[in-house]
Amino acid sequence: MGLTCESVGVNILKEKFNLQCNNELVIALAGNPNVGKSTVFNALTGLKQHTGNWPGKTVANARGCYIYKDRRFVLMDLPGTYSLLAHSVEEQVARDFICFARPHVTIVVTDATCLERNLNLVLQVMELTDNVVVCVNLMDEAKRKGISININALEKELGVPVVATVARKGQGLEELMKRVYNVATRIEKMKAKKIIYSEEVEKVVAKLVPRIDRILKGKMDPRWVALRLIDGDDSILDSIKEYIYDGKSSSGKSEVKNKNEWYGEV
Amino acid sequence: MGLETKYNKDEILLSNAPIGSRLQVVRLVSKGLVRRRMMDLGLVPNTLIEVMRKSPLGDPTLYNIKGALIALREEESKLIVVREIM
Repeated sequence: MGLTCESVGVNILKEKFNLQCNNELVIALAGNPNVGKSTVFNALTGLKQHTGNWPGKTVANARGCYIYKDRRFVLMDLPGTYSLLAHSVEEQVARDFICFARPHVTIVVTDATCLERNLNLVLQVMELTDNVVVCVNLMDEAKRKGISININALEKELGVPVVATVARKGQGLEELMKRVYNVATRIEKMKAKKIIYSEEVEKVVAKLVPRIDRILKGKMDPRWVALRLIDGDDSILDSIKEYIYDGKSSSGKSEVKNKNEWYGEV
Repeated sequence: MGLETKYNKDEILLSNAPIGSRLQVVRLVSKGLVRRRMMDLGLVPNTLIEVMRKSPLGDPTLYNIKGALIALREEESKLIVVREIM
């Protein structure tokens, strides 16, 4: 049987993100600005999406395909962001895609020369979905700077596959495609490590989760939505309204309209 | 009741740090979205910062924060309390 598009929110993919998906696996490519997402994208798809060393180059989504083990993969190149908490258009584009299009796998491309600052985004994506593959790119530059990275330890620590690559030279891409395939087809079961917050925050989350779950009915991870609401991030409510309820809040789904419903008495 | 009373002797605001100095974040004074944004950029307690250079008009200033070059306006850098490392 495997995974069909229907089980992963294909309607939203088609309508909102203009993506056809006939038995294809949808892969999102996320990462900080300037880590080589577009280079990885080009290396995998053979396309010549413009690459460049300046921030904000990829603002709209670019898309391409590759075939691995007789399966077609649709790759979406998302804009580079430091965070998924939607302060800018790029961040909102990236967040909404991962959140509502629900790609089969999200590849987070990271810069091996400053891995630490990249892991913030990795953790945020892992909060959103279990199906994550981390791609540690620019391994050659890291080596030149005398940085060595223990990929196995990182993989164990994060609980998701980690692959070292030099996308510019095509190194590690075979392994990357294999791990993406494994995660997409559930050959590898992921246990993405979740962040546990302070007791105070967790208490509020525990109160909110059942309420949110009643409204969303499994369409999104309620824990993640709860954390965003605690952040005071109202833009997520607008996005939920647009993507899940098709912009119509009147169709018996007035919950979305009413912010107080979400926050409740907490 | 000036701001200074809240700081220890060796603590300064990032906006007052001279070019070339190496600093460690003590805490952020910012709130809300700006604070969140700063943390996303890697500005959390103990992060090391190097002051790289100022733009021609003196603002913004370029900083090396965890391996990435990031320019901050004085508006933001004066919300970051740092300690100089010798």
